[in-house]
Amino acid sequence: MNRALTLIRRRLVGSIFVLLIVVIGTFLLLEAAPGDAVDAYIVSTGGDAGMIELLRHRWGLDQSELTRLANYLWALLHLDLGQSVTFSRPIRDVILERLPTTLLLMVSATALSFGLGSALGIYAGARPGSFRDRFLSIGSLALYAVPGFWLGLVLIVVFAVDLRWLPIGGIETLASDKTGLARAVDIAAHLVLPVSALGFIYLALYLRMMRAGMAEAWRQDFVLAARARGLSRRRIVLAHVARNALLPLITMLGLQSAQMLGGSVVIESVFAVPGLGRLAQEAVASRDTPLLLGIILTSAVLVIAINLAVDIAYAFLDPRVGAGEAGA
Amino acid sequence: MSPLSRLLRRPEAVAGAIILALLFAMALFASLLFPGDPQAIAGPALLPPFQDWSLPLGTDRLGRDVLAEVFHGARTSLAVGLAAAAASLLIGAVVGTLAGFAGGLVDEVLMRTTDAFQTVPSFLLALAFVSIVGPSLGIVVAAIALGAWTGPARVARAEVLSIRERDYVAGARVIGMHPLAIAFREVLPNALPPVLALSSVIVAAAILTEAALSFLGLGDPNRVTWGGMIAEGRTVLRTAPFLSIVPGIALVLTVLGVYLAGEGVVETTAVRRSLS
Repeated sequence: MNRALTLIRRRLVGSIFVLLIVVIGTFLLLEAAPGDAVDAYIVSTGGDAGMIELLRHRWGLDQSELTRLANYLWALLHLDLGQSVTFSRPIRDVILERLPTTLLLMVSATALSFGLGSALGIYAGARPGSFRDRFLSIGSLALYAVPGFWLGLVLIVVFAVDLRWLPIGGIETLASDKTGLARAVDIAAHLVLPVSALGFIYLALYLRMMRAGMAEAWRQDFVLAARARGLSRRRIVLAHVARNALLPLITMLGLQSAQMLGGSVVIESVFAVPGLGRLAQEAVASRDTPLLLGIILTSAVLVIAINLAVDIAYAFLDPRVGAGEAGA
Repeated sequence: MSPLSRLLRRPEAVAGAIILALLFAMALFASLLFPGDPQAIAGPALLPPFQDWSLPLGTDRLGRDVLAEVFHGARTSLAVGLAAAAASLLIGAVVGTLAGFAGGLVDEVLMRTTDAFQTVPSFLLALAFVSIVGPSLGIVVAAIALGAWTGPARVARAEVLSIRERDYVAGARVIGMHPLAIAFREVLPNALPPVLALSSVIVAAAILTEAALSFLGLGDPNRVTWGGMIAEGRTVLRTAPFLSIVPGIALVLTVLGVYLAGEGVVETTAVRRSLS
């Protein structure tokens, strides 16, 4: 797996540059925002001009832009994202508190969209041009056109308001002091609607990619060879056609993670799920720009980590990546 | 067979074209059919749809005409979607051409910047941009374009990489054309078709992003938006779900129309290219 390791090392170095650009970008946005940390602080505590002067000096805000960028980078290297004015706590702590919920939402939505999407894609792509193929591709296009937040509202109207099957929002029943399995079931029930709203759009994406990949694979010589060897149709579809169409979907899994994090902002707002996305919306509402940019930085790191993990998985799944030591 | 008649033989493409034509008509005739401010009070509050035929889709929480709002919302949706897509295609084509044609350090810096923009969730970026600069139609367009130019940039770069080795580019070099002139007059126009093939996806994504932004209250406050209508209706979701559902259906149909028409155009031109 030497080649895979080299690839990963190269990606890691590239990621550091990418992260640096993101940090400079967030710094520029922070500079562009009206007011600075001192203004925000003074609004909540009150103080006179002398105090403002003193604080600006103490926090290094009266220095040149380059020095401030250096200070910003230095603080980030120590994982210090600054102080949130709205929460009166370190931004890092607020974000870390909200992160697990968003991760749970994302992992579940990915499992739903990837699992169901690729399965339906195989079902459609097994018989290209058939009725079920055409039906599923038009249906998935329609699904792809649905805004997630609106789907969420429709799901709320049907399943939480009319049928009363599922909770309307939140991540768990408040003040219910459930523990263990009962709590897990409670959280799962709260997640059904948001996960569906977030996952169904990407389900359409994976379905369409799988189907297109299979249409491509059907034309390849190895499918003809498999037919000539007299393999059953089922085996050809699963072991030859679908398997070759699956690899690009795995790459997509990494690329989609950024989109999904963005999508979770609206979905979490619709369902009042206390995750990173809702935190972003709260930050916008209370004009807490440093918090918002902290969330952006965290998301960028998360996306880079997910893509790195996908690259590693890919190196193991696709023998061609490690072909250098085939047989070794 | 002309490309148009070939396009018309695909039922999906026809459906898409009809939806888009209706949408453009709605946007064009919005002020003619519903003159005056669509945000003005037109009748009793929370009138359900199909009750009073002067207000066919009923009224919202403040007694505003829902049908008039849907018509005026089509205008915002289309304007923002088309403008943001045009801006991101333009930025993407320029960045991709520069990166692919210049190569070396320029390529490296531009592509790492593209990576950085793809690493940050584009919706979060748009959210941050609008909330810092302030919501107006132009800013919303810029915010959406900020997250959408990376796809076109990558496609343009890949295309430019294959074009820059061709004979006519070498010819242009020999006659002493300025490299930038070669890049933008000789290479870019030939790299455009695959970039333009992305337009329907980008327009659709821009319309959805605009809707999501205005749903979160970051749309232009002086304009009716479908996302804003859905957010308005959400406050009375239990009693009057139609207020959120109606503009949502308009959104779904619009995006679907863009996809269907776009896919039809791409497939017919692809057929034409493979035939010639």
